[in-house]
Amino acid sequence: MMNQKKAMLIDLTLCVGCNACQGACKAENKLPPEEEKYLSLTAYTALSKYNDLYIRRMCQHCDVPTCVSVCPVGALTKTEAGPVAYDGEKCIGCRYCLQACPFHVPKYEWSSTKPRIQKCKFCASRLAKGLQPACAEACPTGATKFGDREELLAEATHRINSEPAKFVPKIYGKEDVGGTSMLYISPVPFEQLGFDSRLGKIPMPMLTMSALSKVPNVLSVGGVLLGGIWWITNRRSEVQAFEASQNKDRSDRHEDKP
Amino acid sequence: MSILGLPRMTRWHPIATTLILAGAVAAAARFTFGLGATTNLTDEFPWGLWIGFDFLGIGLAASGFTIVAAVNLFHAKEYEPIVRPAILTAFIGYLLVVLVLIIDLGRPDHFWHPLVMWNPHSVMCEISWCLMLYTSVLSLEFAPIILEKLNIHAPIKWIHTISLPLMIFGVLLSTLHQSSFGSLYLIVPNRLHALWYTPMLPVLFFVSCIASGISMVVLECLIFSRGGRDVLPPQLRANLAKIIAIALAVYFVVRFQDLLSRGMLRELTTLTYYSIAFYAEILIGFVVPFVLLLFDRIRTSRQGLYVATLMVVLGFAINRMNTAITGLEQYPTQTYFPSLIEIFIMLGITAVGFTAFSFIVKHLPVFETAAASPPIRTETQIQRPEPIFLSRAGEDLKPS
Repeated sequence: MMNQKKAMLIDLTLCVGCNACQGACKAENKLPPEEEKYLSLTAYTALSKYNDLYIRRMCQHCDVPTCVSVCPVGALTKTEAGPVAYDGEKCIGCRYCLQACPFHVPKYEWSSTKPRIQKCKFCASRLAKGLQPACAEACPTGATKFGDREELLAEATHRINSEPAKFVPKIYGKEDVGGTSMLYISPVPFEQLGFDSRLGKIPMPMLTMSALSKVPNVLSVGGVLLGGIWWITNRRSEVQAFEASQNKDRSDRHEDKP
Repeated sequence: MSILGLPRMTRWHPIATTLILAGAVAAAARFTFGLGATTNLTDEFPWGLWIGFDFLGIGLAASGFTIVAAVNLFHAKEYEPIVRPAILTAFIGYLLVVLVLIIDLGRPDHFWHPLVMWNPHSVMCEISWCLMLYTSVLSLEFAPIILEKLNIHAPIKWIHTISLPLMIFGVLLSTLHQSSFGSLYLIVPNRLHALWYTPMLPVLFFVSCIASGISMVVLECLIFSRGGRDVLPPQLRANLAKIIAIALAVYFVVRFQDLLSRGMLRELTTLTYYSIAFYAEILIGFVVPFVLLLFDRIRTSRQGLYVATLMVVLGFAINRMNTAITGLEQYPTQTYFPSLIEIFIMLGITAVGFTAFSFIVKHLPVFETAAASPPIRTETQIQRPEPIFLSRAGEDLKPS
């Protein structure tokens, strides 16, 4: 089915560090072909090495993306097929996405006077044509495999279960920050590979929603409360003024008497 | 006359002019060369000094809603003399913050986008809306001061008829966005240091802005009360000081209760980059001024109050800068220090604010309502010299 959620399974045991993924990505996105070690404006994916293992970094295309939730103008959107898309024409450049992304993915065109962010697009235009992302197509070992998310999850579980000595029993991205489109399986604990173990399973936007959801209440309850306080204090000063004038009247009358 | 040893800004004009010019040059550079060449902001540190300044400006402008609520909604009419200074402070503060935000945006030409492109899940979107609406409310609350001066009275009546809902709306908007500035950081539990990151951030931001906003107004009253003319009688000033002390105490309790419940007090047992920054804000801004304000002698003395409120403002500034900068640094590998251009733009805009305030105070009836306020029966009041400026409304003070 075409509108099933797409994902990529990255098996760290299969990656040999050939960097073909980055090369294909750069060709697809018409970026300068020099090899790069870190994510940048010209590298939407990069391999970082931990001991003998290569870990592919790129936008995780979260199911409940932090960047999408924080963007004040909706320049970032989560598409049904999986990719998190960016519209530079909407972007105001507040850089909240850079600040909030739990994976430090978006990169900013700091040197431009009309800056945009740059990040992996999950080859949305290729996906629309029924093709797989350039990196997955280029991977010679099958370390990056593209497919439907549910199927890839089943396959990852199968790989781990059939060789329990080879893998740690965790699929990174299955539930982390609410689930991501990039799924990793690894022979060593993910914390040793630079994955942030503090992120947890709750989507980050929920942290904000706990505060934002109180806005309607503050407005309605607060409005009534303040109106009520005004009415009471106003009434009190009216009564005081009235009593004062009564007293004054009385004393005036008293003085009028001969 | 330099009374009671309050510092005077004798060289203020040349300093302000220099700062504003330098700021203008820095801003021109920022727009010509872009953010990368002119700031020390990076992908790892995308928000810096300017965001800290926004927090500071908005927090110090909080008097705009607290004093308006106290006087016009809760009918604490004796504080009427500081309503206008409070509104003016807030109005200038908000305009400057909006200006800094626009300078800070990567695409200043798109600053209006949040008005037409909404994302209700974004705190930033909520803040944009609150800032815009509240600045509009403030301009309506401030308009009568200008109109009075120009002797145009029809719109004043018009504004007066909607003033109650307007004020309630203003107070609600302030409550929302003062706390929302804290909510901005709720989404970065993995980045912001645990001494500052807490789900209570919005509450803490709100409580602290009450203390800092009122402190700012008290400071203004002290500074502009020169020439023997008190904007606010000492007794009322002392009452405001009590409210500041209560807000500081509430803040302190909530903050430490939160640290305790999250088990973060142990972070304070060693001296680190972060714990020193924490101690600086909590001692300067909260503990010491709170202790000072416990004493009646300090609450009623000009110097005492001056020192205490200045400390609140300073500690508040450190708190906001710590939240916006220190807490996000990964000391010592990833630190941030603003570039000269960032600093000059901030200083220039601060200078614009102070200059605008003193200019408006000089030419519009802001503090003059003090002369028009009903006399308060205190000992000091009797010795008060005849006000120098009597506004039209002030004539009813004279014995008929």
